[in-house]
Amino acid sequence: MPLIEARGVSHRYGDRTVLAALDVRLDERRVGVVGANGSGKSTFARLLNGLVLPSEGSVTVDGHDTRREGRAVRRRVGFCFTDPDAQIVMPTVAEDVAFGLRRRGLSRTEVRERVARALEEHGLADHADHPAHLLSGGQKQMLALASVLVTEPDVLVMDEPTTLLDLRNAERISGVVARLPQQVVLVTHHLHLLDGFDRVLVFDEGHLVFDDLPATAVRHYRKLMA
Amino acid sequence: MTTALGVYAPGRSPLHRAPAGVKLVVMVAAGVGSVLLDRPWQVLVALALVLGAYAAAGLPPRVVARQLRPLAWVAGVTAVFQLLVSGWERAVVVVGVLAVLVLLAALVSLTTRTTELVDAVVTGCRPLRALRVDPERVGLVLALGVRCVPVVVGLAEEVRDAQRARGLAASPRAFAVPLLVRSLRHADALGEALAARGLDD
Ligand SMILES: Nc1ncnc2c1ncn2[C@@H]1O[C@H](COP(=O)(O)OP(=O)(O)OP(=O)(O)O)[C@@H](O)[C@H]1O
Ligand SMILES: [Mg+2]
Repeated sequence: MPLIEARGVSHRYGDRTVLAALDVRLDERRVGVVGANGSGKSTFARLLNGLVLPSEGSVTVDGHDTRREGRAVRRRVGFCFTDPDAQIVMPTVAEDVAFGLRRRGLSRTEVRERVARALEEHGLADHADHPAHLLSGGQKQMLALASVLVTEPDVLVMDEPTTLLDLRNAERISGVVARLPQQVVLVTHHLHLLDGFDRVLVFDEGHLVFDDLPATAVRHYRKLMA
Repeated sequence: MTTALGVYAPGRSPLHRAPAGVKLVVMVAAGVGSVLLDRPWQVLVALALVLGAYAAAGLPPRVVARQLRPLAWVAGVTAVFQLLVSGWERAVVVVGVLAVLVLLAALVSLTTRTTELVDAVVTGCRPLRALRVDPERVGLVLALGVRCVPVVVGLAEEVRDAQRARGLAASPRAFAVPLLVRSLRHADALGEALAARGLDD
């Protein structure tokens, strides 16, 4: 598994500190992140692919610094947002999947084959030429996931990918994620998705307050929220 | 909701396979050439040609009607106005030309994938490199624009529903402000997604 390392990281928006004194090394296959609203989870997730650069300290992925080598990091780290509408950037389904493969030196045939395979794997093969806006919420999130996975990242960071979905679609997404060979960092309020994870981080008011196996960490989180 | 954009109807007709650039050039040429039409029979011939093209593309009359529906109001008012001011011939010409142009533009988007249109525009913009315009960026902006139409329409519907649910009367400002806020937030998120998906590569 890749090694994600945060050293002495803190982050401020204006003069408000939203993440403080964070030191953590992640090399497990499945890492969960939980915490109350506003505790800094999304900020932490965005640090991992350099969408947010730390005010202090450094974040590296397999030794690549997010500040100095943002591009290299983003090629390795795929990111899945909560709202698929915001991350679908092309008008039709197949075009959106192909978007991530631009400028990778692939031939047209290669791109077409990879896109077709990704659509097949995510149950979207029949929708290849449909406008993205006609998909259901669950299908949109599947498309968003397909568009990220087609680029074959080493790490997948997901920020509450199931929050806007109904139960069935949430289960489908978590099923797809469970089968991925990649390292996954999953931020979620759906605690049962963390069953079988290797490690869960609990954030509270900008601090990493607990870091353990899912059962223990979730228990701690529940106590914190009670 | 129907928009003329992003409604690609998959098919294998010669029109589908024709290069996007050619289709764009023909469309623009027809637009310019339409000012030359000033007799009802000429307009009817043009209309027949366009309808023939729809048939050739394997698109049923239902699809033709759907493209014309948004035009109904404007066309109706224009027709009455022209009828009163300059007689039936002029009315046929003006409304007919309007219909021909709308149908033609819709035909291009129905038979061309957005990617191909964008590629054609990118190729067309190559000479602008001399003016420091990046054709790839122009193409991306175009595609994003097409994608944003349904998204913003969706946001507008949400805002309207939210107001109804709270029992607020329809006021333009109470509609525009939250829509603007949501659109800006969407733009922010879109920017982030583009970065995450390697736009800066
Ligand atoms: N772009 C920004 N500018 C200013 N403040 C921000 C920005 N993004 C987040 N914050 C603030 O930083 C704090 C942490 O936000 P973050 O989004 O990381 O929380 P979160 O744990 O993901 O919460 P949630 O569960 O609601 O998604 C919050 O108080 C938030 O208001
Ligand atoms: Mg969040």
